[in-house]
Formats: sequence, C-alpha cells, structure tokens
Amino acid sequence: MNSHQEIKLWTPLTKVLVGIMALGILIILYRLVAGLGAVTNLNDRFPWGLWIGMDVLGGVAMAAGGFLIAGAVYILNMKKYKPIVRASILNAFFGYVLAATAISLDIGIPYRIWHPVFMWQIHSIMWVVAIHVVLYTTTLATESSPMFFEKFKMEKAVKFVHAILTPVVLFGVLLSVLHQSSLGAVYLIVPAKMSPFWYSSQLPTMFLASAVMMGLSMVSFETIVSGRAFKHEINMDILSGLARGMVIAAVIYLGMKMWFLVKGPGIAAVFSGSMEGIMYLLEMVISVFIPIGLLATKTARADMKRIFAADILVIAGVLINRLNVAIFGMYRDAGVRGAWYFPSWMEIVVTLAFISFAIVGFKVSAKYLRLFPESDSKS
Amino acid sequence: MANTNSISKGVLVDLTHCIGCRGCQVACKSWNERSVKETTMYGNFTNPPELNSECYTNIRYIEQEKDSQPVWSFIKNQCLHCKNPACVSACPVKALRKTAAGPVTYDFSRCIGCRYCMLACPFYIPKYEWEKALPWVRKCTFCSERIKADMIPACVKVCPTKTMFYGNYEDVLKEANARLTKNPGKYVNHIYGKDEAGGTSWIYLSDVPFESLGFDMKIPAKELPDLTWAYITKIPVVIVGVLAAGAVSWAITRRNKNMDREEKP
Repeated sequence: MNSHQEIKLWTPLTKVLVGIMALGILIILYRLVAGLGAVTNLNDRFPWGLWIGMDVLGGVAMAAGGFLIAGAVYILNMKKYKPIVRASILNAFFGYVLAATAISLDIGIPYRIWHPVFMWQIHSIMWVVAIHVVLYTTTLATESSPMFFEKFKMEKAVKFVHAILTPVVLFGVLLSVLHQSSLGAVYLIVPAKMSPFWYSSQLPTMFLASAVMMGLSMVSFETIVSGRAFKHEINMDILSGLARGMVIAAVIYLGMKMWFLVKGPGIAAVFSGSMEGIMYLLEMVISVFIPIGLLATKTARADMKRIFAADILVIAGVLINRLNVAIFGMYRDAGVRGAWYFPSWMEIVVTLAFISFAIVGFKVSAKYLRLFPESDSKS
Repeated sequence: MANTNSISKGVLVDLTHCIGCRGCQVACKSWNERSVKETTMYGNFTNPPELNSECYTNIRYIEQEKDSQPVWSFIKNQCLHCKNPACVSACPVKALRKTAAGPVTYDFSRCIGCRYCMLACPFYIPKYEWEKALPWVRKCTFCSERIKADMIPACVKVCPTKTMFYGNYEDVLKEANARLTKNPGKYVNHIYGKDEAGGTSWIYLSDVPFESLGFDMKIPAKELPDLTWAYITKIPVVIVGVLAAGAVSWAITRRNKNMDREEKP
C-alpha cells in the first residue's frame, strides 16, 4: 500500500483553506483585468509590498530546507535524514512554485515573465534572481519527480532520475546558495534608501544564514506536524540534529547582525523608541534570541516541545526580517509627505490563498504519494 | 564635423534664476503628450505635489528665512540622468538604457514591470501607471528624440530666465565651476550632481543649502551599480567553490559508505 488512505482530506480546516483559495483566485483574476492599482496599495514611493516581502522573499527562505536536507543526504551521506528528504524537497518545490506565481502576479505585465530568459542583462541582480528561479524550480521538479513516477508505475523514469540524482542535488545546492543570497543582494543598490538597521554590505550572506535557520526550522516543524497528523513515529534523533544545525546558523547570523548593528546605527538606537528600533528588536528577539535560548543545551534539544516552539519563532522571526527589509526599513526614506504603504485586504487574501494552497497541496501529496517511504512498513 | 548629438549632453540648473513660472512643466507635458491627474489644495504651490506617471517635471516651491528675510526657492525637478544609472543596472531585460548622448531611455516592449528600477533609483524618479492593466514605467526622457534631431529639450527651450544651461556635459560642468568662481558668496559651494550617485548629467547650483530644498545629501558619491556588481562578480567563485566542495565531500562520504559495506559481510 503506497498511500495513506487514513489521512482525512475534507476536514473543516481544509474547507476554510479551499474557501480562501477560491476568493484568492477571484482577486487574482480581478488584478489581471484591472491592474495592480485596483487591487494593491502599492504606490510610486513603495513599489514593492507584501507580495514581494512575504510571498517571494519569505516563500523562498521557507524553501531552503529542500537543498539543505537533499545535500545532507545525497552529498554528505547523512543517512539519518533520509526519512524526511522527500517531504523537504516537496515542501521546497511548493515554496518555489508559489514564489514564482507571486512574482508573476506582482510584475506589471505577467505574460512577459519569460523575457529575462531571452533578454539578458548580466548586470542586474533581478536578472540573476529570475534565472535562478527558473533553474531551481526545474531542479526541484526533477528531484521530486520519482514520487510522481512511482505513483504512475513508471519504473524506467524512476531509475533514470535516481541515476542522475547526485549531480542534480549538487546543482540544486549551488543554485540555492546563489538564489538565497542574491535576494539579499537585490537591496545592495539602495544604500541611501534603506534604514541602516538592515542595510549592510553583507545583506547577501545574512539572507543566506537566515534562510538556513528558516529552512531547518521549517523542516523540523513539518516533521512534527505531519508526524502527529499522519500518526507515524517522530524520530527525535532527526529533530535534535535539525535543532543543532539551526542553532549553529543562528549564532553565526547573530554575530553578523550584532557586528553591523554596532558598526552602523549602534545598540542605543534600538531602544530609542522609533518604529524601526521596535521592528528590529521584535525581529531579533523572535528570530534569534529566544530560539537560541530555548535550544542552547543538548538536553534542551531533546525536548520536542522546546524544538516546536523554537521552530515557530524562527519561522515567524525570519518572515518579520524579510518584511522589515522590504517594507519597514524603507519607511524613513520613502514615507515622506504623506506617502505610506500597508497591504490592502486583497493583497492579504491573495497571500493567505498561497499559504492555503501550500498546506492543502502538501496534505494531498502526503495522502497519495510516498512522502514518508520509511513509515510504510511500520503502519 | 563630428556628430554633435552623440557627445554626452548635460544641463546645469541654476536655481537662482528660476522664477517659478512653470513654463517648463507645461512644455514638458505638451511635448510628451502627457495628460493630467487631479490634485487638491494642500497649502503649498508645488503642483502636482510629486512627480507622477503623467508629470515628468515639476517645480518645488520652498519658502524659508535667509538673513532674517523670507526667501522663495523654486526647484526644477526631473530625472537627473545619472552617468551610470542604478535603474539601468537594475533592469533585468535592458528596457532602460543610458544612451551615448546622455538620456536614460525606456523601451516598453521589453519591460516586464518588476519595478526594480523604481526601488533602485536614489531620487525616486521612475513612476508607474498603477491604474492600467498594461502599465508603463514613466519618467523624463531628456527629450531624447529632440536631442537626436539636434534640438534642445522642451523645458530648456521654453524657460524665460535661462535657468537651464544645456550643452555638452564637459562644457556644462565648466560653466558651473565658472559661475561658482566668478560669483564668490552667491552660491553654496557645492555642485549637486557632480559626485552624487557617481555623477549625473543634470547638475544644480543653489544660493541656499541643498538640504533645505529637499535634495537628498545621503546619496553616496559613488556609482551605485558597483554595489550589486561586486556581488555578481563573486558568483563564478561561488560556483567553482560549491561544486568542488560538493564533489569532494561526496567522494569522501561515498568511500566511507563503501568501506562500511565491506566491513559488514
């Protein structure tokens, strides 16, 4: 038996999520007909908003688990993580499909999304980002294809993908390292516009480090939630390992953040009571300080409740970081003479629809595909 | 004779000459066939209050005190046409280009509407047609079509007080320096745009401090595209590094795996 028939799909939660998705699709259609101005609160001073900050920057960071676990299993041969490799890759695939969809809707002329593939401009970080999205989404599709081929009993295709899997995974690791960091590099060109709380020459490295934290936390979070939902045993050894990796990344990230805080605006500026200071403090406490505190010791990293709490905090905290970079860090410079930005309800619903799609899609996949092959024999 | 319209052009805006008649605003609208956006009174003569997709240039009106006398300043506001523009480097599809004659031009047929140019521009110049289903990025064109035809830009031509000095960039900069040295005490000792963002084709002289007129003094005196180019040039190093490290660790772990297998009969 390959699939988990015991997973109930049509639960009240699913119904709500499908409802949000339906409303989201209506808004997307309206956006395509009426333009960005009718649907979003974007304006000339704030050309990028929630869809870029949350769906694209956040979605891609959430997907970092895919390259980390695939790399650990297929390149570094860390067999321990094999049971979660398929789920991690599928999760990353959903993340990238959603980020690509979001960017297609956010650009003014969606049907020209293919232009960067043919109209090269190697000086543009946006071009670098666009090429990475195309290549890495293809890579993730290849990495997750065996699940689908198995479903349809295409054994030759499964064999072929397995034969090329190691180089494909290595290519995926490379693309991810470049893509995660290049999203930070997008903002290198606004030294005068972005608040010094977030602007630094090391934005690319910090985006990569925080994406590693986010990716590992996301995988850990999913392992716990799907373990509970699908009633299979949760391997504490895997969770502790993920938590350890997350703490190491968080300590490196914290060091960089502190270095640039002291070098730039200074620690006192955080407590000046400004909106920027408050957002910076909120971000740091949630994404770094509490999670490191929760998981500092080895015994703490054997406690699933602590790990689960830290996972949620890191996911929320890194999302706040992306919103700070994309929106709140721009307020001081752009928000003059009455200019402001806060997402419209329609922008928020579309973002929620994307998240709903990811949850429902993952659930459907867990039911019909061999997402957790190791748990087959146990059930 | 060399083709004069392929030499990089520039404009010196001498703010001490401007009387705020807005003739340039009207000429610009007329040449570029721009419509209007309705505005309301808000206690300032600047109208529209900000540049927008229908308005490529406007005059900012600022009243302040100098030597305990009220003084008005009128600031001509439009794209500065950077020498190495952030927007051009930002555009992923080369819809924006810096032409040899100076203007930064826009080609809608390539544009995907990502608006990275709007984010990248330190002067908040590119504007978007938010209300349209197929929107354009809009900004001052430096009348590139007129320059091509050996005509001077519409706003420069119409100005009754010679606020704008148009010519080859080298001559324009020379003129700015000459005015500074010939009139000691008249101007603040700064040519705005000479160094800002690595230098712009449009430069300014003023008799009151630039920061009091809304000019952004935080903009670094370096070409902004260098900041992102520094990252892009590291990409080949990362490619080689990750592939090499990955291949080596894969080989090592594979050897270990094989040894494990041999140990277990």
